[in-house]
Amino acid sequence: MAHGWAGHILRVDLTRGKATKEPLRLDWAEEFIGGRGLAARYLYEEMDPSADALGPENKLILATGPLTGTNASCGARYMVVTKGPLTGAITTSNSGGHWGPELKFAGYDMVVVEGRADRPCYLLVDDDRVEIRDAAGVWGKVVSETEDAIRDETGMPELRVAGIGPAGENLVRFACIVNDKHRAAGRSGVGAVMGSKNLKAIAARGSQGVRIARPRDYMAAIWAYHEHLAESPGRQGLTELGTAPTVDLVNTYGGLPTRNFTAGQFEGTEAINGDSIKENWLIANKACFACNIACGRVTQVSPNADKYMVNMHPRNWKVAGEGPEYENLWSLGADCGVDDMDAIVMANYLCNDLGMDPISMGATLATAMEMYERGLLSDEQTGMALRFGDGKALVAMTEATGFREGFGDELAEGSKRMTEKFEHPEYFMGVKGQEFPAYDPRGFQGMGVAYATCNRGACHLRAWTPGIETSGEYDPHGTDGKSVWVAEEQNRTTAHDATGICMFTTTGAPLDDLIPVLSAATGVDYTMDDFVHIGERIWNIERLWNLKAGLTAADDTLPKRLMEEAHKEGPSAGVTVDLDAMLPDYYAARGWTADGRPTTEKLAELGLA
Amino acid sequence: MAKSLRIIPEKCTGCMQCELACSWVQTGMFQPSRSLIRVNIFDEQASYAPYTCFQCDEAWCMTACPVNAISIDADTGAKVVGDANCVGCGLCTIACPFGTVFYNPDTQKAFKCDLCDGNPACAVACPTGAIEYTESESADWLGGWAEKVNESYLQSIEGGNAA
Repeated sequence: MAHGWAGHILRVDLTRGKATKEPLRLDWAEEFIGGRGLAARYLYEEMDPSADALGPENKLILATGPLTGTNASCGARYMVVTKGPLTGAITTSNSGGHWGPELKFAGYDMVVVEGRADRPCYLLVDDDRVEIRDAAGVWGKVVSETEDAIRDETGMPELRVAGIGPAGENLVRFACIVNDKHRAAGRSGVGAVMGSKNLKAIAARGSQGVRIARPRDYMAAIWAYHEHLAESPGRQGLTELGTAPTVDLVNTYGGLPTRNFTAGQFEGTEAINGDSIKENWLIANKACFACNIACGRVTQVSPNADKYMVNMHPRNWKVAGEGPEYENLWSLGADCGVDDMDAIVMANYLCNDLGMDPISMGATLATAMEMYERGLLSDEQTGMALRFGDGKALVAMTEATGFREGFGDELAEGSKRMTEKFEHPEYFMGVKGQEFPAYDPRGFQGMGVAYATCNRGACHLRAWTPGIETSGEYDPHGTDGKSVWVAEEQNRTTAHDATGICMFTTTGAPLDDLIPVLSAATGVDYTMDDFVHIGERIWNIERLWNLKAGLTAADDTLPKRLMEEAHKEGPSAGVTVDLDAMLPDYYAARGWTADGRPTTEKLAELGLA
Repeated sequence: MAKSLRIIPEKCTGCMQCELACSWVQTGMFQPSRSLIRVNIFDEQASYAPYTCFQCDEAWCMTACPVNAISIDADTGAKVVGDANCVGCGLCTIACPFGTVFYNPDTQKAFKCDLCDGNPACAVACPTGAIEYTESESADWLGGWAEKVNESYLQSIEGGNAA
C-alpha cells in the first residue's frame, strides 16, 4: 500500500473515449518523487517529443506530489506537464487551490490525457466512477461560469474543477488551465493543449484519504516545519501584502522591465505596489488548500473601472476576483507602461475568466505597443492605437486576444510568432518562444543565465536570483558564481516542485525542514543529497526530452537587446548581460558538454543512461 | 463555566487546516470527507466560515436517538456518540439543525464532534486564530442565533407568504 502517493494514475484516451485506472509505477515515484518529476518520467517514456504540441499525439499530464492533500503547508499543488505550444519544449506549469488535493482524494496521483475527443467533452472523476461527458452545455463559457455550470449540471456542489476558458478553446498559445476559478497553471500554454484535445475541464470529487507511512515522525516534522514558516519575516510579508511588494524591490535595483524592456525602472510604481493594493483594492486574503500563508488577494474593481468595460462582449461580471499578483502588476502594468490599477485589475480579471496567462498577455501586448510606437505596426493592422500607457488598449486587446478577434488573433500567437510575422523578431523579449516574466537580467545578472537555460523557456520560478543578488553576497551586475548557483538552485526547486508543496514556503521554512516531512509521509528515507540529486535527475530528463524535440544549445540564448543595449538611466545603467561568460560555466556546472548535452557519465550517475 | 468552540469567520482564509486536523483525528489519514468540521466557502463574498457541532444545550441529536447512544461527557460537556449503543439508524443526523452529525458508511455508526476530549485539533491547527476553544457563558452561543433566524423565518411565513 502506497503512502504519500495515492498509488494509482488515471489514463484517459479521448480518441477512444476510454478511461482506465492503473497502478502507479512506485519505482519511478521513489526516483522522481511526484508532480513535475514523475510526470516528466512518464512523458519521456510514453511520448515522441517531436509530436505537434496541439496535435492528438501530445499528452497532457496533471500530476500531484506525495505531499499534495496532506496538511503540509502548502500541499495544494499539482503540475501540468506536456509539450508546450509556445516553445515546443517540455513544459511544467504549476497551480494551487483545491483541485490537486481533490484528485488525490479521488485516489489518483495523476491524470494522463491522450488523443483528442471528436467533440467537446469534460471529465468527471468521482472516486472510481469516471465519465467522459458531453460538454455541449459548457463549451464557450468563461472559467467561472464553467465551474458553476458543471456543478449545477451534475448536481455535485463539492466538485473541484480545473478547466479552460474561451482562450483555451481558441488555442491561444498562452492559455491556462484554471482551477477553483482563480488559481491557474498559468504559463506555457497548457490550456491550449487541453483545448486542442476538445477537453473543457476535469471535475473531481474524492472521498478517500492520503495515508502517511510514519505518522508520529510525520507530525513531529510538520510542527517544526510549520513553526519555522509561521515565524519567518518572508512568510509574514507574503501574508500581509502578497507578492506585490516585489514591485518596489525590483524597481529599486533597476530590474523592473518597463515598456518592453526599454527601461529598467517604472515611474508609476506607487500606483501598482503592495501598499496601493492593500489600501485601495484588497477585500480579503485567501489561502489555497492547507496553506498557512494565504498570499492570495481577493480584490474588487472600483466604480471608475466602468470606463474600461469592453462593449463587444458584455458579460455577467463577477465583481470580486483575485489578484493581481506581482507578475501581473508588471506585465499588465509596467511592461505596457500602464499605471492605472483599474485597468490592470480589469485586464487581470479578464485573463482569469478567459483563461490565459497575464504574463504572456501583457508581454506580447507590450511588444506590439513598441512596434506600433516605432511605426512598425499600422492602425490598419492593429485596429486601434496601441500606445504605451493606454489602459483602454490593454483591456480591449486582452479581451480580443481571448476570442482571437481582430489583432487579438495575432497576439494570441504569442510575442515570438507575432514579431516574426511582422518581420521584427528582435522585439520579442523571451527565451525559446516564451515571454520573460518580471525581472530584467540587466538589473539581476543571474536571471540572464537562469532564463536562458530554463527547460520551459523564460521562467522566474526555477532559479530566482534577485534574493541572493540583493543580499550583499553577490554583485547583482557581475557574473561571478551565478552559473553555479543557478544550476544548484534549479536542482533544489525542481525537487521541491515534485513534492506538491508550494514554492512560496521557501520564503520561510528551510528546505531541511521539508525533507523529514517527505520521508515520514512516503516511508522513503530521503536525505538532502538525495533530494538535490533527484532535482538534477528531473532537470536532466527534461533536457533530454528537449534535445529529442529538436532544441539545441542555440536555444539557450537571450534577445540581443539584453546582451547589447544597456539602460541609460538608473541603478542598472550601463549593464548588459554577459551570457557568453556565464553559459559555459553553467554547462560545466551541470556536467554537460560544451554544446549543452548531458554526458554519458552524467546520465549514468543520475540513473538515466 | 464550560469551554466551547468559537468561530471567527472574519479570520478564516479557507485553508482547510481544520478539516485536515479533524480527519487525522478521526481516521489517521488526511481525508476531509471524514472531517467533522467543514469550511463553507462563499467565493464571491470573499468569505469563509468553518462550522461544526456547537454542543447545543438542548441537543436534538440526543432527543432523537431511540437507543440513548448519545451522552454528555462529564469533563467537556460534549455530546458524544457511544459506538457500543449506536445502531446506525441516522435519526440524529436528520435531527441536527446544523447538519453537523454525520453517518460513517464504513462503521455504519453516527459520528460527531467530541471536542477531542478537551483539546480540539481544529483549534490547534488553525493558523489564523479563526477557531478558538475558550470559556464562555454557554456553549450554546450559536443556538441563540439560530433561534432568532428561526423566529424571523416563521414570522415571514405568518406574514402572508404561506402557500
